[in-house]
Parts: sequence; structure tokens; C-alpha cells
Amino acid sequence: MTTRATPALQAEGVHATLGQTVVLHGIDLALPAGRWSAIVGPNGAGKSTLLRVMAGLLPHEGAVRLFGQSLQRLPGRARAQRLAWLGQGGAGEGSADDLLVYDVAMLGRLPHQRWLAAPSPADHAAVERALRSTQAWDWRERPLGQLSGGERQRVLLARALAVEAEVLLMDEPLANLDPPHQADWMHTVRALVADGRTVVSVLHELSMALAADTVAVMAEGRLLHHGEAADASTHRALEHVFDDRVAIHRVADQWIALPR
Amino acid sequence: MKLQRRRAPLLALALLVLSAAALLFGLGIGSTGFQSVLAARHDPIALQIVWDIRLPRTLGAWLAGGLLGLSGAVAQGLFRNPLADPYLLGSASGAALGVAVALLLFGASPSTTQWVVRLGLTGAAFVGAVVAVLLTLALARGVQQTLRLLLAGVIVGVVLGAVKDLITIQSADILVALTGFMLGSTGLVGWSACALMAIFGAGCLLLGWALAPVLDGLALGESTAASLGLPLGAMRAALVAVLALATGAAVAQTGLIAFVGLAAPHLVRSVVKTTHAWLLVLSTLMGGLLLMTADLGARWLIAPQELPVGVLTAVLGGSYLLWLMHRRSLRGGR
Repeated sequence: MTTRATPALQAEGVHATLGQTVVLHGIDLALPAGRWSAIVGPNGAGKSTLLRVMAGLLPHEGAVRLFGQSLQRLPGRARAQRLAWLGQGGAGEGSADDLLVYDVAMLGRLPHQRWLAAPSPADHAAVERALRSTQAWDWRERPLGQLSGGERQRVLLARALAVEAEVLLMDEPLANLDPPHQADWMHTVRALVADGRTVVSVLHELSMALAADTVAVMAEGRLLHHGEAADASTHRALEHVFDDRVAIHRVADQWIALPR
Repeated sequence: MKLQRRRAPLLALALLVLSAAALLFGLGIGSTGFQSVLAARHDPIALQIVWDIRLPRTLGAWLAGGLLGLSGAVAQGLFRNPLADPYLLGSASGAALGVAVALLLFGASPSTTQWVVRLGLTGAAFVGAVVAVLLTLALARGVQQTLRLLLAGVIVGVVLGAVKDLITIQSADILVALTGFMLGSTGLVGWSACALMAIFGAGCLLLGWALAPVLDGLALGESTAASLGLPLGAMRAALVAVLALATGAAVAQTGLIAFVGLAAPHLVRSVVKTTHAWLLVLSTLMGGLLLMTADLGARWLIAPQELPVGVLTAVLGGSYLLWLMHRRSLRGGR
């Protein structure tokens, strides 16, 4: 972590409010480039809010930098090319049901296309790569409304992958995925990181979060700890934030969190 | 596999062919029947009947229906609600109020052919519709919050409707004329009205088509659309403008015609699953065909009398939606 000079994403003194409630109280967090970081914490810790702030999707106080550049000053299009986002809870509660899977994935190419220009061969190639990597290619001509929750989630992941951005932010990407596809998701993330990309994900599954490179632990709108997933201090912070109701063990070369 | 993708252009072609066929029928419907069309070559009166009355009103029905279909598709995409219709932002009540005020000022009926009065009434309806939408926007403090926009639309609709009722209570003699407007009719659409609707329609369709990727993005949710780097605020405002202008242009010429804007996008979606760019084009064509066919029915069913076409679309559209709900609940029950 110390070898990387510029963090991919950096939050400095970030405060955010939703309605009248202060949700983030001065977050300072530097996420290393070319690595996979997981953000964890109990419900209401502000994980999703922080992710949205770092994606430039939520007004806030303080600064967010993308590879040292202020996110607020970056034009929307340039930001969208470099920073992809996969939101929580699927596609707009059914309003996207009539879109075909291929067209949904092609939306990920919008930041790269000139306005009103037809998709280029490069766009089609990126969409095919993305849909194949989430095993959604076979459904490309089906409407989103005909897919199950897990299948939808894989299409939406493909949409985010199709952006081919340097940084990919994902808010609870494992929702609705069965264990084999959770494993597939992890392989996809590992491949992205091996390719030099940065992945940041809010995760509820602690064992999955411990498979990441670094883990940021949050509670009540504050960052309690950020460190390597393998570090004992990270494990202590995790156990502490969940009131010592979980214990972290080493099983078959993996860290897993078990209820205590 | 590629079938879905080919369906959209095929449907467009089918709708155009059917529209052309319906247009031919429309030329033949009237008190003098199809003979006028046959006699038009050598009989100047027959030519006038076909060219100056039947053709513009049939074409006008198509154009007004197209405008409503387009704004219905825009409304449903913008509000991410399949039950949204073009009148959602208060434009219907605004137009009705505009006409009521104009009737009060001119003291005339909307069936008058005096062009100054016609222009006054059409203009009042258009201005009323657009002002109502602006009022809704002001109440909702912009276009950013969809739910607030919907609520503001309902409130503006109710309040303007009440003002219109107050005016009609004060001078009951405009009631009949106003009812004619509220029911919707294509009877007075002439060439100038057709030209106006065609210009508005082309402009709105072009703008809507250019903004269609925003609607696709919004379908995936607000934050996903924002993450794609789209200037959502400006584009939403432009889409609301399309909605207001297209609805206003249709309402000003043909009065309040129910259900076309709601049903056209539904019918399209039941046949083809596609992007909003195609959906807008297809809904325009579908709306045109729907209203033109309904207009033929209104002229033909109890000939030589005429039904107000708005009544017919309400009955047909209502039955269609009932059937749709019934089919959905059957599917859901399985």
C-alpha cells in the first residue's frame, strides 16, 4: 500500500447529509490504485453514502479526488469514462423491464460515444466482453423483465463492466447472486485488479470482504479502520464493530467470519 | 435470436401502411360517401369536400394522435411509470381553463369558423396547457424530483379545474361550447392546423429521439443515469418541454382526447421490446393510427351523426386497459 504514490480515490474531510441527518462525519480515506477494497460495517454505518459520494453522485462537503484530480471539477463525461458505478437494488424497480439485455449493457458505453453517434465496433466488442464475463451473453436478445433477480444482477454488472473504467464502484454487488455466481463475481474482480483496475465494493458478506486486498470498517458515519484484509488489526476492528458477535478464522487458506 | 431487434422497424412499416390505408378510408367517409373521391377529378365541389375537409381532418387526427402518443411515451419514460399520461403535468386542465377564459372573452363557441376566434381559442388552449406545466414546474421547484413533479401536477390540475368550474358557473352559456372542447373533436382541423401540428410533431419527435438515451439510463435508476455522465437536469427539462409542447399542440387543435397517450406506448411495448429511441418513434406512429381509426369510427358509427372522438377513445382505451389489467392479474395469479 505504501508503494503506490497516488491513491485511485481519496476522500478528505467528507461530510454528507441526507435530509436533516448527518450521515458522514468527516471521512478521510485513501483507496489504493490497482487493488480491490471492501467497505464494511453494520447497517446504517454510511457505507453506501460514502460510495455514492466517491462516485460523485451525492452533494457533500470536503473533497474527493480521482487519481489526484478533484472529482467536482471533472466534467461529467470524463468522470463517467474513468469511474463506473453499479448501484444497489437492481434496475429501477421494473421500469427497465422492456429493455433488451444487450441494450442495457450498451448503456455502459454511453460515456465513450459521441452524442447521437451509432455504437462503434469497439463499443460492440466491449459489450460482448462484458456480457460474456458475467455469462449473460446468451440472453442478449431477451428483455430484462424476463430474467430472475440473480440474472438481472449479472446483466447490471455487465453494464458497469462495459464502461471499462479505471475505477469500478459497486454497492452490494452480491445481492441476489447464488454462491457459484458470487465466486464468479470474485474471479471477475480479481481479473480486473490483475488488469490494473481499481475495485471498491460495499459488502455485507464479511468473508467475501476479507477476500479483498484492503478493508475499510465503518460505523455510525465514521471510518474506524482501513487496512490490509490479512492484518490482525483489521480483524480486531471488524470484530469490534460487530460487538464481538463475529469471530474471524483462517480456514483452507481463506479468512472467514463466523457468528459467535 | 435477432428477431426482437428486427421487430421494431417491421412494426414501424406496418403502422405506416395501416395509417395510409386508414387515410384512404377517411377520404371516403362523409355524407356524400366515396363518390366524392371518385368525382374529385372533374367536380370542383367534390374536390373541395375531399381536399379541404376530409383530408385535413383525417390527417389532423393522425397528427394529433401522434403528438399524444409521443408525449405519452416521454411521460412514461420520464416518470418511470407505465400509467403516466401526457396530461399528468396539468396541461389538460390548463388548456380547458384557457379555452374557458377565451370563450368568456370572445363569447363564441369553438365550432365557429371565424378564423380570429379559432386562432384565439387554439392559442388560449395551447398557452393554458404550457402555463399549467410551467406552474407545475414552479411548484415542484424544478424537474429533479419526480414524485414532487407528479404531486404538483395533480394539485395544479385540481386547482385549475376548479377555476374553470368557477368561470363556467358564472357564465353558463359557455358550458356547451366548453363541453365540446373537453370531449375532443377533429371536426374543425384544417390545413393550417395540420401544418402547425406537423411542425411541432417533427420538432418534438426529433428532440425526444435525441434525448432517448437519457430515458434508457433513467430506466436503470437515477444514480446509474447520473453515473453515465449525463447532464440529467438539463435533459429532463428538455424532455418536459417536449411533453408540454407536444401535448399543448395536440390539445389546442383537437381538445382533450383521452387514453391515446396512455395506450399507444403500451400497445407498442406489448409487441416489441426495444430502446426508447424506437419506442418514441413507434408510439408516435401508433398514436396516429389509433386516433385516426377512432376518428373514422366516430364519423361512421352513427352516420350521418358524429360521435365526439374523445368519447370513443375513452371507451376503447378504457376497455383496452381493463383487458390489460385482467391479463396481467391472470398471469400474476399463476
